[in-house]
Amino acid sequence: MAGRRLVIGIGNRDRGDDAAGLLVAERLTSARTSLRSDCADLMELWEGEDEVVVVDAMRTGRPAGTVTRIDAARTSLPAGQFGSTHSFGLAETVELARALGTLPERLVIYGIEGTDFTVGAPPSPAVTTAVSRLVRDLASDGG
Amino acid sequence: MTALHNERNLDVEYLARVEGEGALHLTLVGDEITDLRFKIFEPPRFFEALLRGRRFSEAPDITARICGICPIAYQTSSCNAMEQAAGVELPPTLRALRRLIYCGEWIESHGLHIYFLHAPDFLGYESGIALAKDFPDRVGAGLRLKKIGNHLMTVLGGREIHPINTRVGGFYRAPTRPELDALVPDLEWGLGAAIDTVRWVSGFPMPEFSRDYEYVAMRHPDRYAIEEGRIISNRGMDIDVSEWTDVFEEEHVERSNALHARIKDRGAYHVGPMARYSLNHDQLTPLAREEADRAGLGPVCTNPFQSIVVRAVELVLAFEETLRIIGEYQRPAQPSVVVEPRSSSGHGASEAPRGLLYHRYSVDENGLITDAQIVPPTSQNQLSIEDDLRAFLHGRTSLPDLELRWQLEQAIRNYDPCISCATHFLDLTVERH
Repeated sequence: MAGRRLVIGIGNRDRGDDAAGLLVAERLTSARTSLRSDCADLMELWEGEDEVVVVDAMRTGRPAGTVTRIDAARTSLPAGQFGSTHSFGLAETVELARALGTLPERLVIYGIEGTDFTVGAPPSPAVTTAVSRLVRDLASDGG
Repeated sequence: MTALHNERNLDVEYLARVEGEGALHLTLVGDEITDLRFKIFEPPRFFEALLRGRRFSEAPDITARICGICPIAYQTSSCNAMEQAAGVELPPTLRALRRLIYCGEWIESHGLHIYFLHAPDFLGYESGIALAKDFPDRVGAGLRLKKIGNHLMTVLGGREIHPINTRVGGFYRAPTRPELDALVPDLEWGLGAAIDTVRWVSGFPMPEFSRDYEYVAMRHPDRYAIEEGRIISNRGMDIDVSEWTDVFEEEHVERSNALHARIKDRGAYHVGPMARYSLNHDQLTPLAREEADRAGLGPVCTNPFQSIVVRAVELVLAFEETLRIIGEYQRPAQPSVVVEPRSSSGHGASEAPRGLLYHRYSVDENGLITDAQIVPPTSQNQLSIEDDLRAFLHGRTSLPDLELRWQLEQAIRNYDPCISCATHFLDLTVERH
């Protein structure tokens, strides 16, 4: 659907900081959002979309809560930073879609740095703060 | 340890493009294999223990969680076992629906394995993504095939991963005719794409290799066995599923978290598409048989690298079967039959995409599970994989490490090993000295 962007949050609510993407998407009450636990149907979700934002937790060794913005329509995603319990994660999905020519024209990915992915743990305070900040930024940016 | 002068170790720590994690460690002294260990390090998953004390009716939903790729196989084998324990048989319409959703899983799993996991090996690409850059139309078609399989599972199962609409005794809700009719255009496209897949993969360069396997698969009197049947082999085995423990045994091997299954007194055997095809060639659907003939497969296939072609033939079969079943479908008055538990044991099996999947349960008079045994295909193929690798290495030990590693990984992927299922279990470590 053209005209308004789709925000996709990816994560696992029961694994600490991995909930970050879900929390952003569910708090963006004004946006069209989708919450996913993995990337299995990401390509189907963004089919026909002009503008897509994907929010996911990432792990690069930077401090918890650090937000990285990647213009995925123009930049390749580094492998191994967006963790997945499955072998086919966000970077693989984006690169496969790029190879197949099915990336949305505008695709921005926000990675929220997480440090604690313990099963059953709540997200860390730094990630919770980053979530609130990103929600505010996306909402004011028309998200 | 004192390193021998001519000893080579080749370690492949992580085996890519297999489901789950495992490892192969290989030690060569000159041309001689002194050590070959196909190791499993994903922790055992204790599903069998977790089932104890749960209601018989929960088995399909619990065991479906063992695998995200083949949940229908787990659900079907567990339903078959529970229905046998209760002395219940499904009417033909419900059996047909069970076969239909199972075909969806074959399409999804075979489509994924052929295009994303195995084809890159044959064509010299390191991943499905790299393959997609040069063959976007091919990989795009593979993706669509997988999607069609998933969609079929969603329509019948409520969702594509760990479907929720299957139950002991049938389904919670039977699909309507219009719901199934709506699938037909995609399935017709899929049949054409599956035929095209056979023709594409049968042109791949095939390593010269062959082994005299004991093939074990299910056989049904009327049709290419998927969701039910007896268990047969090319060495004269022909048993009811309830006789599994009389003929097979599982042993714990120190290097692996998974139990290895073997035929008592005989050892290794081979389950999966190669076994199914070679034992049930006479039951191939018309187009599947035509394409198998055109691909030059013959009635028995003993080169495991041709498993990619056999999977493609089974894709054709699965699409033909889905279209046949939908064409004949009449919505049943009841989506399930009543299953009253009784104190007994039940055995169930079905042909998961990777091969025979056996379940056994004991249930008490209250319908609670007191004992469970689950034998997934990869743990049955474990010994056969190791035997393949030993045989495959003959005459290839002088290959450079990188090339050898590539070929060994390709040989392991012939089995589409699903390690998460089997540990209930894969990383590849090859060592050369």
